[in-house]
Amino acid sequence: MEKFTTLISTAVPLEIENIDTDQIIPARFLKATDKQGFGDNAFRDWRFKKDGSLNPEFSLNNPKYDGSILVAGNNFGCGSSREHAAWALVGYGFKVVLSSFFADIFRGNALNNGLLPVQVSEGFLDNLFETIKKNPETELKVNLEDQTVSIIGTNKTESFDIDAYKKTCMINGYDDIDYLISQKSLIQRFENKKASNRHIETEVE
Amino acid sequence: MKKTLFDKVWDAHVVDSIENGPDILYIDKHLIHEVTSPQAFNELETRGIPIFRPQQVVATADHNTPTVDQHLPVKDLLSRKQLKQLAENCEKNDITFYGLGHPYNGIVHVMAPELGITQPGMTIVCGDSHTSTHGAFGTIAFGIGTSQVAQVFASQCLLLSKPKSMRITVNGKLKPGVLPKDVILYIISEIGTDAGTGHFCEYAGDVFENMSMEGRMTVCNMSIEMGARGGMIAPDETTFEYVKGREFAPKGLEYEQAVAYWKTLPTDNGAIFDKEIHFDAADIEPMVTYGTNPGMGIKINGSIPVENDESFKKSLQYMNFKAGESLVNKPINYVFIGSCTNSRIEDFRIAADYIKGKQKAENVTAWLVPGSKQVEAQIIEEGLKDIFEEAGFKLRQPGCSACLAMNDDKIPEGEYCVSTSNRNFEGRQGQGARTILASPLTAAATAISGKIIDVSAQLN
Repeated sequence: MEKFTTLISTAVPLEIENIDTDQIIPARFLKATDKQGFGDNAFRDWRFKKDGSLNPEFSLNNPKYDGSILVAGNNFGCGSSREHAAWALVGYGFKVVLSSFFADIFRGNALNNGLLPVQVSEGFLDNLFETIKKNPETELKVNLEDQTVSIIGTNKTESFDIDAYKKTCMINGYDDIDYLISQKSLIQRFENKKASNRHIETEVE
Repeated sequence: MKKTLFDKVWDAHVVDSIENGPDILYIDKHLIHEVTSPQAFNELETRGIPIFRPQQVVATADHNTPTVDQHLPVKDLLSRKQLKQLAENCEKNDITFYGLGHPYNGIVHVMAPELGITQPGMTIVCGDSHTSTHGAFGTIAFGIGTSQVAQVFASQCLLLSKPKSMRITVNGKLKPGVLPKDVILYIISEIGTDAGTGHFCEYAGDVFENMSMEGRMTVCNMSIEMGARGGMIAPDETTFEYVKGREFAPKGLEYEQAVAYWKTLPTDNGAIFDKEIHFDAADIEPMVTYGTNPGMGIKINGSIPVENDESFKKSLQYMNFKAGESLVNKPINYVFIGSCTNSRIEDFRIAADYIKGKQKAENVTAWLVPGSKQVEAQIIEEGLKDIFEEAGFKLRQPGCSACLAMNDDKIPEGEYCVSTSNRNFEGRQGQGARTILASPLTAAATAISGKIIDVSAQLN
């Protein structure tokens, strides 16, 4: 996993609420057996028209907008647990997703793939949409160390929450597997205790 | 300290807690399927890590499987490759696999409970958001991403922060024609698709106490649609009776001991939840959805609300519905009874009971897709297949089918489908398909009349 500390970038607005993971990556693209290539099909049915040409009305196709930050409406990533959604966003080139609310599994999947979900207030999000639409050149600064997001050139900054453990993982670019494997003897002890306690457990009232 | 059902099961599975960080949660059963596991197997192989507890993993083929001619090679090359890869990965790693054609094959959330793999007090995960289904047994069951599938492969554990708790209580008596599916669609329409985020939900009250296991699974299945990590219902006599005698359920003295433990699991009187919501059963009617998320539901005899929000308008535009209109009498050409929400034997009994002696409307293509080989066998054994065929329906073979359209069962663009599945997202049942979620009874009635009708009006 790539390390993440600070990112300065312009942003792409996607002002739609309840974007589910079926829209981020439709089911028909889930037949791959590796993690590559999902970026090409990110938001496939919104990005392309039925004849296969680009849909100019979709904000990701708007040449005014660019950058590695996606700013999305409330309740982003609801629905399916498919991690392919995170792979698609990372593959497309996003490093941060900003929204006023994230679905739990999506948040976890994003964090496990070096994609930072930044949850901001409704007010800050509305302000972001307005600012970016007015001036698509607007840059945002996302500082994971300080847990802040700022609109550069304004005095608008907001702090965001992130699980301390996950923050450390993101900053150092490591994942949970190494940690869990290092705890194997503890896990085995737990298993042994559980097996020998089964009878006692059943007598607890 | 008074504990909730969730607390009791969670606490019994904590291996260790990281200071200011997550818990290491032990996972009893890990269910896998072809779509979300290949990258996890690759990850372990690349890193040279063996599967830690292969005997606690159970695999099935469901998302990609065709629902006709299952004895023939799968036509779609990518699907065939993904299914083959799962078979090979299981073989190589000594994992039990119920592939296509196996008598235990079926949708992961249908076959595991019916085999007795799912038992009260367990922790169960699967790379599929509808893992919440298993919570019907008083287990902590939730969907995970593929990175987490790899973590469980490597350690039989997950690093997780304990979610908050909520309880939804529904008391009273349900009206005739109101099914468990209507109960959960009603709850989600009332509280919204993000109301449960960050929470594990316990369903309580006499509506759930009086519900069959099949009905409880339908309710817990859709917990994820209100944003909850999972749903749970306290195990009781109904649960114990359901589990008893099933293939992998404990037997004899072991069963008795297990039941004694399971009886300790229900939430203590006076335990505190972070969030409590109450509903009255008398307020619930048969439900249909009109929009593109499961929270956009109305009582079947109600009308689509009027809202001035862009996302709402986009949704109605996709569905080609108008604010303020009623869905009753809308012509419908597709009906799907299936999916991990409603493909259990009870669902087909309900449908057959309504369909018996009637004829399917000519305009309707109706797919009846059982959730497992065992359900399929039961349908035949109980004579339901004859009822369906006499009415002009065709029973297909088990799988996820038109719930997410990864196989050939796709609803054509622009067509409406009354579906017993769990999601009405844009393109969920095929590009441009329009899904209306409903109960198996409403779906059966739609197939007969060729349009949406209020079944409860017929019953009363």
